[in-house]
Amino acid sequence: MAAEGQKTEGRPRALFPRWIGQTGITLGSIAFTMLGLLFVTFIIGRVMPIDPVLAIVGERASNEVYQQVYQDLGLDKPLLVQFGYYLWDVMHGDFGMSLLNARPVSEDIARVFPATLELATLGTLIGVFLGVPLGVLAAVKRGSWIDQIARVVALVGYSMPIFWLGLMGLLVFYGILGWVGGPGRVGIFYVDVVPSVTGMILIDSMLDGNWTVFRDALSHIVLPASLLGYYSLAYISRMTRSFMLEQLSAEYITTARVKGMSERAVIWRHAFRNIRVQLITVIALSYAGLLEGSVLTEIIFAWPGIGSYITTALLSADMNAVLGGTVVVGLVFVLLNVFSDLLYKFFDPRAQ
Amino acid sequence: MNAFSKLLSGAAIGLAVTAVALPVNAETPANMLVIANRIDDITTLDPAESFEFAGADVSRNVYGKLVNFDPLNLDAGYQPDLAESWEISEDGRTITFTMREGVKFHSGNPVTAEDAEFSLRRAVLLNKTPSFILTQFGFTPENIEDTIRAEGNKLIITTDKRYASSFVLNCLTATIGGIVDKTLVMEHEVDGDMGNTWLKTNSAGSGAYTLVSWKPNESVTLQANPDFYQGAPAMERVIVRHIQESATQRLLLERGDIDIARNLNPEDIAGVMDEGGIKISDELKGRLMYVSLGQQNPDLAKPQVRQAIKYLIDYEGMVNSFLKGQYTIQQNFLPLTYLGSVEENPFSLNVDKAKELLAEAGVDGLELTAGVREAQERLEIAQSLQNTFAMAGIKLNLTVGTGKQILGMYRARELDVYVGAWGPDYPDPQTNAGTFAFNPDNSTEAQNTGILAWRNSWDTGGLSEKVEAAVVENDRDKRAQMYRDIQAEFRETSPFAIMFQQIEQSALRDNVENFSTGQAITAASYWQVTK
Repeated sequence: MAAEGQKTEGRPRALFPRWIGQTGITLGSIAFTMLGLLFVTFIIGRVMPIDPVLAIVGERASNEVYQQVYQDLGLDKPLLVQFGYYLWDVMHGDFGMSLLNARPVSEDIARVFPATLELATLGTLIGVFLGVPLGVLAAVKRGSWIDQIARVVALVGYSMPIFWLGLMGLLVFYGILGWVGGPGRVGIFYVDVVPSVTGMILIDSMLDGNWTVFRDALSHIVLPASLLGYYSLAYISRMTRSFMLEQLSAEYITTARVKGMSERAVIWRHAFRNIRVQLITVIALSYAGLLEGSVLTEIIFAWPGIGSYITTALLSADMNAVLGGTVVVGLVFVLLNVFSDLLYKFFDPRAQ
Repeated sequence: MNAFSKLLSGAAIGLAVTAVALPVNAETPANMLVIANRIDDITTLDPAESFEFAGADVSRNVYGKLVNFDPLNLDAGYQPDLAESWEISEDGRTITFTMREGVKFHSGNPVTAEDAEFSLRRAVLLNKTPSFILTQFGFTPENIEDTIRAEGNKLIITTDKRYASSFVLNCLTATIGGIVDKTLVMEHEVDGDMGNTWLKTNSAGSGAYTLVSWKPNESVTLQANPDFYQGAPAMERVIVRHIQESATQRLLLERGDIDIARNLNPEDIAGVMDEGGIKISDELKGRLMYVSLGQQNPDLAKPQVRQAIKYLIDYEGMVNSFLKGQYTIQQNFLPLTYLGSVEENPFSLNVDKAKELLAEAGVDGLELTAGVREAQERLEIAQSLQNTFAMAGIKLNLTVGTGKQILGMYRARELDVYVGAWGPDYPDPQTNAGTFAFNPDNSTEAQNTGILAWRNSWDTGGLSEKVEAAVVENDRDKRAQMYRDIQAEFRETSPFAIMFQQIEQSALRDNVENFSTGQAITAASYWQVTK
């Protein structure tokens, strides 16, 4: 309270409320980050040895056709001028047309990003709801068989190639057991059955009240989401264990135990409460990683997400699509960071 | 800690129960064809612009053409389609097509000669990448009012000089020959684009199917046209799903969730070959793999060296190992099934013979640089060449790079050796003869970068004239013989070692009948398929 008193009495009243300044700084930082990201991606895209003109006209086109398309794409202008034009368009919400499929990039992203969002969210939920308890349990039962199992689970998650694990999962649960739907977001009978509102089929089918489509979509997403969830789990459980061990060895925990608090209260009310901020960082990073798009998972499960979209665009020299996708992924990272900061302040008043 | 254990167990059981309870589809409906294919090459579905394999598949099923191939009898060559007959003028320059009566577009508009006129003129005016297939006959934006015109029920086209009628008609079977619905297309014209933007993602055809949707890198859905003039297709809906991975395609096929898998690798083909309920279909495609020798290198310009290198390629070894099932040996520039194609493959790995030829040429300790694009099969071929060339003392250095890097060098005549692939543009022998064996001006200034002979600095030594003669020969048999003769000379004298022709292996559920990928001359068709 003394500090509060000093602050109000000792400093002149600010011109604007403090939160306006903080918001301004946050927005400025987001804008600066995005500008930097755009610039770097744009320059890399222009100097890397792929040829967007060749991708459009084909390798047997005449020099005349080649030069015409080269100029049409504005590639004859200086790099900075090209970037200026691009930036102007982006600021007006125009990511340009995909060079290869001739559709607006914004439309493509609106189609593929919800697919990734749906998959990554479910994967992260699985990772958090299994990984956090597993990590806590491993820390509390340090050295026990539970800890050993948690270690093996994490080790397998870290070291097993996702490509192999995905194919094996498909082979066993789809090919042999038939428990889940196959590759793709939904069975061929249910394609375009429910109107696209959010682009996330699980939510769209719920909104539409079409539970048949919901069950089918769930049968298709459960395997790739579990796979991503497993990798997320491996990371989250190890970090949770590490954070918890640090807390459990602190003196205040010993004091709490000496005072006769129940073990459950010691773990959840004291130790776990103090790792929430660190956990938010870990979960946010894990979620952002999945939102970036897991290319291999998307390829194996024929999941039309943003990871495979950007990769295909890159291999096809479709730089408008690459830039558009990169902006969205970058924005997701930035927003998750901002959200994490807000959560820090909520859980830890010191951060305010 | 019991609470944690319960939580973990509960979550695991919940997931398992959810999974067990979920529905699974095991077979596609009898009136639906589901195909797994890589369709990420589609960039546009406008027939005046489309020039990719997967796009050609869509186009062939959506658009009628003046003349077309019968999928159940591809060997018969072009047949009447929207034009029920045609006549050729005495000077061989004018073809008059009589349009088939009573055919309608999917929109319900009648197919008329005016639509055909519009479609061909539009392709010339738009001047997209495949437009050369038409403009090579002398059609230009300035003269199309006279050279492509409709009169009543007839479409009349006049070429700039006499060409073999088979050449012109074969070109009209290409995707660019698709006849579009003028009324519908022009309703969607924006800024004078003749409907190009709209037609990239929509259809305006009269073929067996209408386009329902194209989702890039995801799927193409076609719906049968019940009024198709040849009769409504048995498969009422065709869904082509983009499935990148061979193993995933295989699983879907084995589970019965798709009817056809078009991109199984040799291991997966071998895996499903003996499985009940699945059959394999092999079709020769038009893609050729070749090695070319830049004639700007004085050593490679020696005939004996060119011959020696053709004896330093392990054709058999490659098709029996890493190319097994995917390629067959073909040492001629025309793919088998093309008019004038031949099966003579005189070269095989013969190191002693190669050494003799090199000695005769006075070449010793030759060191060459080969440009190779980053593709698995090309890299493996290049490594095999590196190995066999070394047996005769030729050191082959590989420069591996992206298309931009390697093609840039190739087009600039900077490579000693190029390990390449070539696919024909249209189903006529001229498409390959005109690039492998034709080079009217070998000078650097000519910059004929689209011609392979020019890229390799090869003055064809009289073959260009023979190619020009073959392209105007109206007697089909005589024309075929001319190409056989050209190829015989080409095999011996050219700096090209044509090596392999692609085979496409599709795996099908055994109830699928009459499916055709179109062999080397055209694209896949679905309207004749039954289950």
